[in-house]
Amino acid sequence: MTEKLKLADKVEAINWNRIQDDKDVEVWNRLVNNFWLPEKVPLSNDIQSWATLTEDEKLLTMRVFTGLTLLDTIQGTVGAVSLIPDAITPHEEAVYTNIAFMESVHAKSYSSIFSTLCSTKEIDEAFRWSTENVNLQKKAQIIESYYHGDDPLKRKIASTLLESFLFYSGFYLPMHWSSRAKLTNTADLIRLIIRDEAVHGYYIGYKFQKGLEKESEQRRQELKDYTFELLFELYENEVQYTHDLYDPVGLSEDVKKFLHYNANKALMNLGYEAMFPASVTDVSPAILAALSPNADENHDFFSGSGSSYVIGKAVNTEDEDWDF
Amino acid sequence: MPPSALAGHRQSATAPEGERFTEDDLIYFSSVSENTRRFVEKLNIPASRIPVHAHEPQLVATRPYVLLIPTYGGEHGKRSILPQIIKFLAHEENRRLLRGVIGAGNTNFGEYYCIAAKKIAVKCNVPLLYKFELMGTSEDVLNVRKGLELFWTQASLNRKQQ
Repeated sequence: MTEKLKLADKVEAINWNRIQDDKDVEVWNRLVNNFWLPEKVPLSNDIQSWATLTEDEKLLTMRVFTGLTLLDTIQGTVGAVSLIPDAITPHEEAVYTNIAFMESVHAKSYSSIFSTLCSTKEIDEAFRWSTENVNLQKKAQIIESYYHGDDPLKRKIASTLLESFLFYSGFYLPMHWSSRAKLTNTADLIRLIIRDEAVHGYYIGYKFQKGLEKESEQRRQELKDYTFELLFELYENEVQYTHDLYDPVGLSEDVKKFLHYNANKALMNLGYEAMFPASVTDVSPAILAALSPNADENHDFFSGSGSSYVIGKAVNTEDEDWDF
Repeated sequence: MPPSALAGHRQSATAPEGERFTEDDLIYFSSVSENTRRFVEKLNIPASRIPVHAHEPQLVATRPYVLLIPTYGGEHGKRSILPQIIKFLAHEENRRLLRGVIGAGNTNFGEYYCIAAKKIAVKCNVPLLYKFELMGTSEDVLNVRKGLELFWTQASLNRKQQ
């Protein structure tokens, strides 16, 4: 591409002692505290488990991970960077640089998984597949076109949909393996990525909503319509991508539920109501349990047999106990 | 790290302006992202918001209530309860009248999903009533509205029996 990526018009020394939006500090701190590197995850413990997968399952896994690598690369080198010139505060710019770097860490971590589990030839073939798969290339192309476009709020919409929706056809698979006690260390690494993407989607969606506040009613409606149109366009492509990848292992229908579930969350990150009804977002409990391990008390009072519950008396707690 | 920690130097100039009493049986916190507020608005029942800024008057419950709060991550579940919520619960009346907790969060945070609500429920020995994600789906709204109705009916029956 010959065009120049737009840079911020004017840069002033960033003063972290004068904050315009507390969310910038909150998210910066959260991202810094969440920092991790793939080298910390003992991926080599998955070698034996990898050997138990069939050839089809191995191929699927590698393709899924090259697909995710492509999305993380786009988000790291173009997506998060393209948001910098539109930032409202200097601290927002700094947060995007953090997001960009972390996306590069994510992209690299898939290579750590590959080098631990696969041969060079297999890796090269999987990367070649990623450049040739029509649906994967299409989703990359749709998103990139908005990053290169000239509407700052549409860029944020595209970015939030990538962070909160497009990754999930891929994230499904390691959660599936984890629910079957396979590739559990790989799943641990993916969970770190999933956690990061939640913060990214939340923050970019929040900044989108801040930007929306300054727009006319007509323009707000235009952006809302645009969001749903783009989501549908991406969704149709995701469904094809899902069938293409998961039909051979018979998982497509459950993956699609996972897509619906996450599309709803992407919309909510942008401040819009969830679109898919509960009847099509009921992802298999094993996948949800893999997403939130150790959250064994997943039943709650309203959903369970709450009627016989006797309300406990609140214990008197000294104020210093509230330092959790 | 609390969102107001760095901004504190601007807020400390104004001393807290006393207390504001509420009879609402739903009390919630929502940051400037407004996710939780949107959920509460969809419930369409009277509710009071815990102040976001330190200079606002302290909110004090005057009757039994349910607390609805979000979790904003927090590293390894530490410091997951925002200082505004800690301050609210530091008030003895607010602890005494707390009957249940509802959590908002994101399952992407894995085992720390809704950890703030869980911790408060354990600490105050009240049930964790419900969990939902972000600003909640229409099903979540129905479940919470129905659930709260049943919960308060049950509570008043229990009182009569005692």
